[in-house]
Amino acid sequence: MNRVNLPAAILVVLILGVWEAAVRLLDVPLFILPPPSCIVWTALIRAPLIFPHALVTFSEILMGVGLAVITAIPLAVVMFARPALEKAFSPFLVASQAIPVFALAPLLVVWLGYGMASKVFMAWIIIFFPICVSLLEGFKSCDPEFRILFRLMGASFFNTLTLLYWPWALPRFFAGLKVGVGVAGIGAVIGEWVGAQKGLGFFMIQSNARLRVDLVFAAILWLTAMGLALWRLTGILEKIIIKWK
Amino acid sequence: MLQVCSVKKSFKGRTVFSNLDLFVEQGRFHVMIGPSGCGKSTLLDGLTGVFPLDEGSLLWKGKSLEDLRHHAAYMQQKDLLLPWFSLLENALLPARTSGQDMKTAKETAGRLFERLGLKGYESHYARQVSGGMRQRCALVRTLMFNRDLILLDEPLSALDTITRQSLQSLLLLLQTEFKKTILMITHDIEEALSLADEIYLLSTRPMSVSGRYVLTLPKPRSDHDPALTAMKADILKKLEGDLNHEPG
Repeated sequence: MNRVNLPAAILVVLILGVWEAAVRLLDVPLFILPPPSCIVWTALIRAPLIFPHALVTFSEILMGVGLAVITAIPLAVVMFARPALEKAFSPFLVASQAIPVFALAPLLVVWLGYGMASKVFMAWIIIFFPICVSLLEGFKSCDPEFRILFRLMGASFFNTLTLLYWPWALPRFFAGLKVGVGVAGIGAVIGEWVGAQKGLGFFMIQSNARLRVDLVFAAILWLTAMGLALWRLTGILEKIIIKWK
Repeated sequence: MLQVCSVKKSFKGRTVFSNLDLFVEQGRFHVMIGPSGCGKSTLLDGLTGVFPLDEGSLLWKGKSLEDLRHHAAYMQQKDLLLPWFSLLENALLPARTSGQDMKTAKETAGRLFERLGLKGYESHYARQVSGGMRQRCALVRTLMFNRDLILLDEPLSALDTITRQSLQSLLLLLQTEFKKTILMITHDIEEALSLADEIYLLSTRPMSVSGRYVLTLPKPRSDHDPALTAMKADILKKLEGDLNHEPG
């Protein structure tokens, strides 16, 4: 069993305790700010209602992560192999992070429709950058002495990539992937806010319109749990793959 | 076998070595000895094509060539074992990258593992074995290059005295049993005297050959041999003299 992060647990309990006490003592109405106990209760009791929406958002996130991984890896390899291409692509990569995703969301809904595609694409925009850049930096961080060794062995670029650069860069790749899965939900939810018929973002907009702030918080709680679960899963995958660390 | 003729290398206007000549004879153990930081490793890097030489030429069996990349195996100071591969997989890397028949390569590596005392450790990872075993594995990998000339860049410098002595005898095997020609650099005079057939004494920057010693004594050699003691004293004297004349 994993050891509990005690300082973090104490901090969480402290924040939630202050929040709970403040709301109850100040008699804050439920439609303004519900206490944490009420949010947890709502998240559990309303699980049958929230779950289908969470499943949609989770699928969008997973597809966005998958798409980001299968596009970031080849681009990072190409940029590493051809520094001229890195120079060419770098401004676009940076620009993709400089443009606020909120600004793109309505356009993507127009172009890709109200279905999952626009949300997957939103998630992809957010995740792609950290994965691609981390992997590229991982390739570049390879010890020059190992590069010399492979050169003297007469290894081809493909051989050097698969036997040296890729395993060398894996820890950085996973660092980027962890950042990616942590923020992927933002893209999916923003896409759902702008236009969707399902998903936690859609559910939050609907609940907010009916002043059901407890349901909005319950959706946020589900979203957080999904993000943490994905982050943890990525960590487990990292431990399985990078056995030598 | 190899003639290094008047090679020169400078970095940012500072000459590391110039007018440097070496003559490497087939089947012999050559040692280049010089103070730390004089540019010995830079010379091997230049010979293997890590960077181009500014001047001079290389003759390999009478034919001119740019560098020794395809003719020599190079063992650097660090063992450079990849942590994600087992010792056997590390040793097989040269065969794998050059498209050799893997079945034959595995048999060869198996024999070398046995000969160099690594039998039973094939599936171990570098982190699971001692520094001496890692270096022996690096030696197997160097042999798996299947090249006539072996360049060794202070391969034993990071090891303790006992491990070092046992590995020195393994280095001799490269010459006696595997019929390799060796060009090794070291700053350890005793190591040079116990292994070499020929010693090139190198001066400090700009590095050049300041002395040449031919050793005809049979190996293994005794540290107390009067001829070796006299040679050691002479080398030390020259090195000290060279260091005293170092600019700055």
